[in-house]
Formats: sequence, C-alpha cells, structure tokens
Amino acid sequence: MAMTNDTPTISRAGASKDTAVLNLDNSTGYRAFRAGGFGFRRDGYFAHISFPTGNHVMSIDAFLRALMRDVAWGFFYGTVNFDHVVGTVNHYGSVTLFAGAFNDAYTEAGRNHEELFDSAALMDIFKKMLADWTNDGFDPFAAPTETGLAWGSKNGANPNAIGRQRVTAKRMVGLPGDTPVRTDANGFPINRHFADVPQDLPTVEPEPGFENEVSAFNLFAYLSRSDVTWNPSVCSVVGESLFCPTSEEYILPIDHGNDRAEWFLQFSDEIDWDVKDRVTGRPRARVRMKAGDIACMPADIRHTGYSTKRSMLLVWENGSPKIVNLIASGKAPVVPVIF
Amino acid sequence: MTATTKFGSLNAYEKGRVTIINDNPRNYVFSNVFEVADTSAPYERVAVGKNFEYVIEAFRAEGESPWYSAAHDEFVVAMDGEIEVHLVKLDNPDSVVAPDSQGAHRLPGDPKGRKMGKITLRRGHMALLPVGSAYRLRAAKPAAAIMQTILGPETVEKWATICQTKA
Repeated sequence: MAMTNDTPTISRAGASKDTAVLNLDNSTGYRAFRAGGFGFRRDGYFAHISFPTGNHVMSIDAFLRALMRDVAWGFFYGTVNFDHVVGTVNHYGSVTLFAGAFNDAYTEAGRNHEELFDSAALMDIFKKMLADWTNDGFDPFAAPTETGLAWGSKNGANPNAIGRQRVTAKRMVGLPGDTPVRTDANGFPINRHFADVPQDLPTVEPEPGFENEVSAFNLFAYLSRSDVTWNPSVCSVVGESLFCPTSEEYILPIDHGNDRAEWFLQFSDEIDWDVKDRVTGRPRARVRMKAGDIACMPADIRHTGYSTKRSMLLVWENGSPKIVNLIASGKAPVVPVIF
Repeated sequence: MTATTKFGSLNAYEKGRVTIINDNPRNYVFSNVFEVADTSAPYERVAVGKNFEYVIEAFRAEGESPWYSAAHDEFVVAMDGEIEVHLVKLDNPDSVVAPDSQGAHRLPGDPKGRKMGKITLRRGHMALLPVGSAYRLRAAKPAAAIMQTILGPETVEKWATICQTKA
C-alpha cells in the first residue's frame, strides 16, 4: 500500500497466510502471536521475537513505535527495520518478515531467517498484536514526553491512538472536498513546541466563480498542529509526486531501508540522520539538515533520524506505479541525479 | 521551557552538511533552498530535488515574474517573504501549452482569459496553481519559494554548482 492506495500489487508464489493469535499469558495479560515460524510475545518491558535460527528482544516501547509505523504505512516503501535485526520488506502485495537478513554478522553466521507472507495476512496479525499490546494511555505515534508509558502488565487499550486514519490529500489540503485544514475546532491544537509558529492565513481573493480553484492554506500552521510524530501525510499531489510533510521529535522509530530515492526538505529546526548501508547496516554517512536544507536518501541505504526540538520536515515521495516494476526488475536507479 | 522554532530566510540561514563515512557526498544531492534562491537570478527556477520526471524548484521572487502555465497542477510554497500570485483562467489552455507537455512554460505575453483572482502568500503558505490557468508572481521585496512541479523548459539544472561535492 505504502503512501498511496493505488500502488500496484505484485503477486509472489508461496506467500504464506499462516498466522495465528495464540493463548493469553495469565501472568502478564497479553496474548502471543505467530506468523509462520516467527513467534511474538511481550512482557512488562520487552517484545520477544523467536524464529527457527534464533531469538531476539526489543524494548517494548521501541517495538510498538516501529510496529505502529509499519501498520500505518502499509509496510511503506522498501525495508522497515524495527532495529538491527527484525523488520519487513514490502513487495507490494507480499511482504518478507525477516530476522538478521540485513545484518552482515547474522548472515555470515547463518543466523538470518526470512519468510514471505501475503501482505493482508501479515497486516492482520500485526494489527491484532498492536491492539493487544498497546495499553491505555500509550500512544505509539506521540513523542515520548507527550504520552503515557508502554510498560507493565496488560492495562486496557488505546484504539483511538492506533486507529488514526493517515491523511492523504487527493489534490491539496483545504480544497473543497479534500482533506481539511487543522484547527482547534476539529481537534488539532498547536503543539507545545510550535507555539510561536504564525497561524496567519494567506490572503485569498478569488473572482466570482473561481472560489473553488483559487486556494491556499498555511502549511506551516497545519504542521504545527500535527498530533503525531514521524508520520508523513500527503498534502499536495502533482501526478505521482507526493508532498508528505510531517513533524518530527525524538527518534524515527524505524531504520528505513529505501527501495527508491526519497527526498527530505527541512522546513524548520534541525534533524540529524544516521545513514547506513541498506544490506549490511554499516555506517555510510551522517547528514545534518537545517532549515532550508534539501537532501536525497539514495535507494541503497537505510536511515534513521533524530530531532530534539520538534521540527517540520517535508518528505517527498514518488508513488509512481512504474517504480514498483523497476524495483522488481532491479532497474530502479540508486541515485536520482548524476552530476 | 519555551521552544523557539527556527525557520530559514534569505538573509539568515544556516546550512547543515553531509559528513561522509564511506560514501560519495554527491549521492545525497545536498543543497539549501535559501542559498540557491539567494545566488540565482530572480525567478530562475532551479531544480533542488529530482525524482524521475518530477522536480522541486527553488527560486527567488523579486519584482514581477513572466507569465507561466503548465498542463498539470503545480504548487508553490513561500519559504520567506511575501509573494503575490495572480491567476488567469485560460480561454484555450491547449493552445498555450500542449496538453501532454510537462513542467512550467513561459508565455510570450499576457495570457488570454478571465482573471481568476489573487493570492498573497507569506512564509509557510502553499497555493494551488491549477491546470488550465496561467500565473504570474510578484514580490515587492526579495522572497524565497519552492515549486512542486515536473521538469520542464523553465527548469534549470545546475547540480554541481548548488550541491555539496566534497566530503
């Protein structure tokens, strides 16, 4: 699915639908889950992932934040590394669940394992896991200082937080019939870190009859009212060119392994990016972006970002269906510009 | 603690950079839209991002621009200063720009059509430049903006000039 709902799907033979909700643990109150040979269970502090060649542990808050993105973004573009061991690769119709597949120590030791799943089947079990393991008060989309705690035994649920609909404007935010602007009245107060961001509106003076076409909105004010972090949403569309601005605070919960070039334009403040090799995980660069900086993430890297103060970032994606086929055939360009 | 949001401007921007560990800095195509706007001619539409046929152009708005039109929507975001957008509904858009063409095209003179209206943008404001229209920008003082569009005859590519090339 990724950022648009019209991404073509590619069928792959052997994609498994073998998933299961397992028994409830009476000591913690959480259910365990299974996807093929992968097992998932949580306790008060950790997610425990088992697979035929080993096992792995993640802090539960980090696991839930990563799982939330993978679910909300429909497995996104390319690889979603939950951390240096576990993650998914989107084949747009099927998805690989892996452990150690993009970690050269694991692969050299033969400890890596991966299985191919039908996307809908894995998404279903991921959603059930997310719903069961997210306690009341914990919002995996929120900055750590703006939410409750993920720890402890089963304590209610938070369906409103994990069930948000991703914003995907069809043409531009604010146009009649399209995604509305954010206001206090529709439940989007200004974030504490953006209290100083001007909320003025553009001066729009349409001639009679052109009220629906002469249109503008305050994008920075719109971003100042975002209630989530690290969650790009489409605000304007030119063909398959998608402007997906987002507000960022703390750490990008995944290490995103690109399968296509992805662009970042820093609208405000500052983000540091760690860039590693997509396959091996070895460091390749650090990118410090300040307001006005624009940079490309090549298609052979993985990246994660750090933003101390909440910042505004324009993520620019190309959702063209032709790229899916180029990726499948290995012909997608690694860098978008040669100079 | 009160947080202060830092935006850039033509007169005050700081660039970050790519610190290379094991890569080529050119792969990151790293530049800064304020620097590009500041060092280019007014309304020189410089590509700062490119993804197949799609581009992000950065430019300095200063004085009055030519009239432009495209066979598809475009979007402009004011990054600094104040920019007027004047829109005209073209009587016969296909005669102005070929319907299968891409990117913005400069018109030889004033467009023929009905006035659609005017938008005044300030920092952070985004406007639709709708297909079937012509537009002209005007800025009394230097301003900076970006354009979401497709590579076209008005797009200037000068990557080696604007991008970080050394580690």
